[in-house]
Amino acid sequence: MIKRDVMIYTRYERFWHWSQAVLIFTLFFTGLGIHGTHSLLKFGQAVTIHTTAAYALMALWVFTTFWNFTTGQWRQYLFKKGIIKVIRFYAWGILVGEPHPYKKSLQRKQNALQSLAYMTFMVIIGPALWVTGIAYLFYNEWAGAPWSGDALWGVAVLHTLAAFAMGTFVIIHIYMTTTGKTPLHYVRTMITGYDKVELSEVEEAYLAETKSVEMR
Amino acid sequence: MRRFFPLVGRWLLPLALAIWLPGLAQASSTADHSKFESLKGPFTSAPEVTKACLACHTEASHQVMKSIHWTWDFTNPDTGKRLGKPRTMNSFCGSPLSNEPRCTSCHAGYGWTDARQQPEPVQENVDCLVCHDRSGGYKKVATDAGHPLYEPRMMGGKSVMPPDLAKAAQSVADPGRDNCGACHFNGGGGDGVKHGDLDTSLVKPSRKLDVHMAADGANMTCATCHTFNDHIPSGSRYDTTAKDPHGLDLPKDDHNRATCESCHGDTPHQQAKLNDHTDRVACQTCHIPEFARGGVATKTLWDWSTAGRKDADGKAVFIKDDHGHLSYSAEKGDFQYGENVRPAYYWYNGVTEQVNIGDKIDDSTILRLNTLHGDAKDPKARIWPFKEMRGKQPYDPELKTLVVNHVFGQDDSAFWGNYDYAKSIKFGMDYAGLPWSGKVGFIETRMTWPITHMVAPKEDALKCGQCHTRGEDGRLAQLPGFYMPGRDSIRWLDILGYLALGGALAGVLLHGLARIVMNRKTRHD
Repeated sequence: MIKRDVMIYTRYERFWHWSQAVLIFTLFFTGLGIHGTHSLLKFGQAVTIHTTAAYALMALWVFTTFWNFTTGQWRQYLFKKGIIKVIRFYAWGILVGEPHPYKKSLQRKQNALQSLAYMTFMVIIGPALWVTGIAYLFYNEWAGAPWSGDALWGVAVLHTLAAFAMGTFVIIHIYMTTTGKTPLHYVRTMITGYDKVELSEVEEAYLAETKSVEMR
Repeated sequence: MRRFFPLVGRWLLPLALAIWLPGLAQASSTADHSKFESLKGPFTSAPEVTKACLACHTEASHQVMKSIHWTWDFTNPDTGKRLGKPRTMNSFCGSPLSNEPRCTSCHAGYGWTDARQQPEPVQENVDCLVCHDRSGGYKKVATDAGHPLYEPRMMGGKSVMPPDLAKAAQSVADPGRDNCGACHFNGGGGDGVKHGDLDTSLVKPSRKLDVHMAADGANMTCATCHTFNDHIPSGSRYDTTAKDPHGLDLPKDDHNRATCESCHGDTPHQQAKLNDHTDRVACQTCHIPEFARGGVATKTLWDWSTAGRKDADGKAVFIKDDHGHLSYSAEKGDFQYGENVRPAYYWYNGVTEQVNIGDKIDDSTILRLNTLHGDAKDPKARIWPFKEMRGKQPYDPELKTLVVNHVFGQDDSAFWGNYDYAKSIKFGMDYAGLPWSGKVGFIETRMTWPITHMVAPKEDALKCGQCHTRGEDGRLAQLPGFYMPGRDSIRWLDILGYLALGGALAGVLLHGLARIVMNRKTRHD
C-alpha cells in the first residue's frame, strides 16, 4: 500500500461545494433579516437578495443532481455500516488520540456519519427549504384558495424550522473541518481537491497509466 | 398573459396616457359661452342663470336631480340601508335637520330649507354654477340654503360683495379642483376638517402632495377619476370599491375611473413581488403614507360634551392653539387636529355599516359610527388606510339613540347662541319627529374615513420594512389574522431554533476546548 496525493474532489465538486457555501451563508443571513432576528439590512433588500440567492441555489442543485447521477457519485452518500464507531470516535477517541476508525478511499470518500449527515441535508433539509420556499415565492398563485391563509402559517413554520436545521448543520459541519490532521487540513483538501489516499500497487499503476484520476 | 401585460403597463399605457391625459385636463369645447347672448345677463338671481343654461342643456337638470349631489339620498346596495346626510350620523357637526339653511349651503341646488323632505324638483333650482363656474367668483354663501349673495352683506366685520353672475355664467366649463373643493374640501364646517385627504391645499397641489393633481404635473381634476356619467358621479364612501377586479379601463371602459386600477391595472409594479401585494393591499396603503400633508390640519377629535362654557362675564369662551386653530369653542366643544397624520389600517371589502339617526345603539362601549366589513379571510377585502376620527357626542341614554342637535338659527333654542342642550336637542328631535326621553348623555364615538387622495410620488411610498417589521410601531402591527414575514414569528419555533443554533455552537466550542486540553495532556505523557 502506498499513500499518494490523489484528486478526490473534482473541479465541479469543489465549485458546487463553495458556491453552495456562499449561497447558504447569504440565504441564512438574509433569511434571519427577513425573519426579524436582525435588522442589518432593509427588508426589501433582504428579500431581493434572498430570492436571487434562492434561485441560484436551486439552479445549482439541479446541475448537481444531474452531476451526481451521471457520474455515479451519488453512491457516496448511501448508508454505510460503522456509524456507531464513528460517533464514538468523535465523542471520545479523538480526545485521547485514537486513530479514525475509517480509511478514506477513492470509492469511499466519506465516513458513515458524513454520509448520513449529507444525505439528511440533501433529501430532508434542502428539499424542505426549497419546496416551502417555492410555495412562499409563488404564494399569489394559490392565495385564492380558502385554506391559503392557514397554509401560509404552515409554510412559514416548515421553512423556518428547516432553516434552523440548516444553520445547526452548518455550525457543526464547519467545526468538523477542524478535526483533520491539522485544523485546516480538510479545508485545504476542499480547496485543492487533493488528499492523501492509500492505494494498492495495482490501483496506483492503473491511475498512473489511465490518468482517470489525477495524482501528484 | 402575465408575460404580456407588463409590457402594456410599461410602454403602451404611459404612451396612451400621455396622449389622453392632457386632453382630459383641458378638454376644448366647440362652444365659447362668453359669446352666447342669453348668458350676457344681467341676472338678479342664480336660478335665472340655471334657466338660461337649461335652454340649451335640456336634460342637465333632470340628470342632476338623480344624482346624490341633489338627493342626499342613497340606498346601500350591500346592506339595503337608506343613507344620506339627513339620516346618517357622523362624529362632526351632527344632523343637517333643523339646521338647513346652514348645512344645505352645500346642496347642489337653491332653497332647500327643509331636509326632512326631498328637495322640490324645480328645474331652475339646480345649481349649475357651483360646479361649472370657472371665473372663480361664484360662491354659495354659508347660511342661505345654497344661494350665493345677491346684495353686499357684512360678514365677520367685512362687507362681502355678491358674485358677478353674468361673468360666472359666461365662464362655464368642466369643473376644476376648486369647484368640487368648495364643498368637499370644507366638509365638517371648515378647511380640511372632515376627510383629512381633502383640503384647499389640493387646489394647487405640489407633486409631493398629489402626484396626479399637481399643477406642474398631470394636472388632473377630481372628475378625471371621478368619472361623471350623465351628471352622476362615480366613487363613493357609502359604497366603496375596495378592490377593482375590472382593472384597466381601456380598451373596455366601465365609465368609472374612481379606482387606481382603472388606469394602473392590478400589476402596476416592475417588481413581481410588489404586484403580489395588490390583491390584499390597497394601492392607497403604501402610496399615501400620511394624510393632511398640504399644510392644512384636519380635525382628529371633536368633543361636544364640553361645549357651552362661558367666562366670568358670561361671554362664550373660544380658545385658539399656537397654530391659530380653535382648540375650544363654546359652540362646539374641544377639538384636536393633526397634520401629516399616519393612517390607521383595517381590512375593508367596501361594505360599510353606518349608524343613522334613530338607530338603537349600544352605549356600553365606544360607538363605531361606521363599521367596516371584511377581514383577512375575505378575498374581496384589502388592507386600507383610514383617518380615525374620535368623537364624543350627545345621545339619549334612555332610548339609546343619537340625537338631532339644533345648532343654527336665530331662535331661543339654537345651541349656538343659547348654549343649552336641553333646549336645542328638544327642538331638533321635535323637528325631526323623533322620540326623545328628555335626557342627554355623551357617548364616545369613532369614525373611519377611507384615505384615497393625496397620492404621493412613488419615491415617497411606504418602504417594505415599515410593515414587515417586528417593531410595535410597524404600520400593520395591530392588524390580525394573517402571517406576514418580518412581523410574525412562532414563539416556540424561535426558541427551539435559537436553542439549536446556540446549543450547536456551545457544543462545538466545548468539544474543541476538550480536544485542546486532552491533546496537551497526551503530549506531556
